[in-house]
Amino acid sequence: MSDDQTRGRMLVPLMQRIISLEQSGLAGWAVLSGTAIVVVLAIMTIFSPLISPHNPIAINVGPILSPPSYQFPLGTNHLGQDMLSRVISGGAIMFQVSVISVIVCLIIGVPIGLFASFAGGYADKLASLVMDSIYAFPGLVLAIAIAAMLGPGVINMAISIAVVYVPSYFRIIRSQVLTIKELPYVEAARMMGANGRTTLFRYVLPNVVPSIVAVATINFADAILTAAGLTFVGLGLPVSTPDWGWDLTYGRRLLTSGTWWVIAFPGLMVVLLALGFTLIGEGLSELYNPRLQR
Amino acid sequence: MSLRSYIIARILLTIPMIMLLLTFVFLIIRVLPGDPASLHFEKNASPATLLAFKRELGLDKPLLIQYFDYLAGLVRGDFGKSMQDFSPVSQQIFSAFPATLELAIASTIIMVVLGILLGATAARSYNTAEDHSIRIFGTVSYAIPVFFLGEVLIMIFGIYLRWLPAGGRMYPGISPAGLLIGGQRYATGLYVLDSLLEGDMYKLYLSIRYLILPSLALGLVLCGIFIRLTRSNMLETLQLDFVTAARARGLKERTVVYGYALRNAFLPILTMMGLQFAALLAGAILTETTFSWPGLGRYLVDRISFRDYTAIQGVVVFFGLLVTAVSFVVDILYAYLDPRIRL
Repeated sequence: MSDDQTRGRMLVPLMQRIISLEQSGLAGWAVLSGTAIVVVLAIMTIFSPLISPHNPIAINVGPILSPPSYQFPLGTNHLGQDMLSRVISGGAIMFQVSVISVIVCLIIGVPIGLFASFAGGYADKLASLVMDSIYAFPGLVLAIAIAAMLGPGVINMAISIAVVYVPSYFRIIRSQVLTIKELPYVEAARMMGANGRTTLFRYVLPNVVPSIVAVATINFADAILTAAGLTFVGLGLPVSTPDWGWDLTYGRRLLTSGTWWVIAFPGLMVVLLALGFTLIGEGLSELYNPRLQR
Repeated sequence: MSLRSYIIARILLTIPMIMLLLTFVFLIIRVLPGDPASLHFEKNASPATLLAFKRELGLDKPLLIQYFDYLAGLVRGDFGKSMQDFSPVSQQIFSAFPATLELAIASTIIMVVLGILLGATAARSYNTAEDHSIRIFGTVSYAIPVFFLGEVLIMIFGIYLRWLPAGGRMYPGISPAGLLIGGQRYATGLYVLDSLLEGDMYKLYLSIRYLILPSLALGLVLCGIFIRLTRSNMLETLQLDFVTAARARGLKERTVVYGYALRNAFLPILTMMGLQFAALLAGAILTETTFSWPGLGRYLVDRISFRDYTAIQGVVVFFGLLVTAVSFVVDILYAYLDPRIRL
């Protein structure tokens, strides 16, 4: 592998490639548009108290179940709450849960993946067996079991989602480390007297970082969808917090009355947020792994 | 490695995985903060009630004994007793499973057929507007929560157009009787199959009508991965010599793409079907709840609202074992079809 190719795996050149859209093509567009979606939604969520026209949890702000109108552009729900305000501020839970679960995944998955696969032997075999067993499990079912035991709460929800996705980090890091540690430049570093720790952190880890970033962004999307799913099966947060997942869950009971606006807008927001992260993740993995780029 | 020794090696690998899985579920229910029995009563039970309740379910024994009781029970097909009415959970699981299986089969058909057709079309029209829109569809479908799509489908086809039922599996009180053998009816619990076996075309029509929306929702959400897989495989295959040779012989483009190149993409699709089975079951839980489909997922969600932790544990274990079994079968099938795997 030439010097250039090795450097091509580093994060900073990767960013430069994304920004020069002529080189990166469709994948670059995916990353940029995904980032734009996520940033806009994040800003909207952070400043929601300033921009929502009404208090999102105040009831009887308007008539009950009124369709979109000039006064309530996205209608009102069965409690007379303003849907526009709920849509603007309903992302906070999703963002918190997904950020915390990704952080937990990084803290657990990255070190296990790095050390086990770099050490090889029994450590690697044992870690792989445990991770594969969790990976084989239907993710949502496992998250449901953990969330049911831990009880409601943002942190608990994030933990139950994180447990499910740690194996994805482990697997991708393991496959990368196994390849990288055999490359000539790593061997050269070793021959020049670098010890295990230096080799791992200075020569192996930097080349694994881009794939960790790609997995983490996909993980964001999965965490959002899983959080919405947990809320839907009744393991969500208390009613007092505005949440897209909760609106979608409750809206199902109102479907027969034809009040489409109660579910349509929160649902579209979940799709948009998950789509933003998916676009970034897919774009990054394509740029990083050009074999898929076609 | 011969196929037989491959199977043996695969079994040896599966056993520790199953043990880990079972232990993991046990630990989640018993060891995570919060004792399942007191959580069931939302911490409102008197100590005496709680003790009697624990004794009935065997939750008063030492943890290690409980663990072995649990494993021994599973070997006998016993998934424990429900916290609600102390009835065996396995009975409930086995009676709800056919509904889930039927939904899973129908969704798989939709997901694979749609995925392959769209993927092959995208590959054939590589880098055109058609290709791009199919790829965008694949990406967007991944980001849609299946219950949201289900709600939208119910809204459009069930409530506004009234073309299809908005939920349920059949008219209340009706179920297909199944095959008549020696004066007795044997039903599989798969309504479409049972209606056929009974020979009742009206019930067949009904069961298909009820099946369409839920399986469409689940199939659409999961087809994205098959689109991408088929597309990238076909793009590679279409460059191979035998495809060029087929074209040179003057075969129609359609025959070349669907008859020659597509055939080569089947093995990875089979593997992906195995890998997607877990996602399919997870999606089924949400789909069943959306459409009031009386399967395992809906049973699980019901049990969650009753805080019935023994039943939750039973369903989770059942799902885990099912996925392990399917991935085992797919691996063996794959090794049989592609001998290189056994190397």
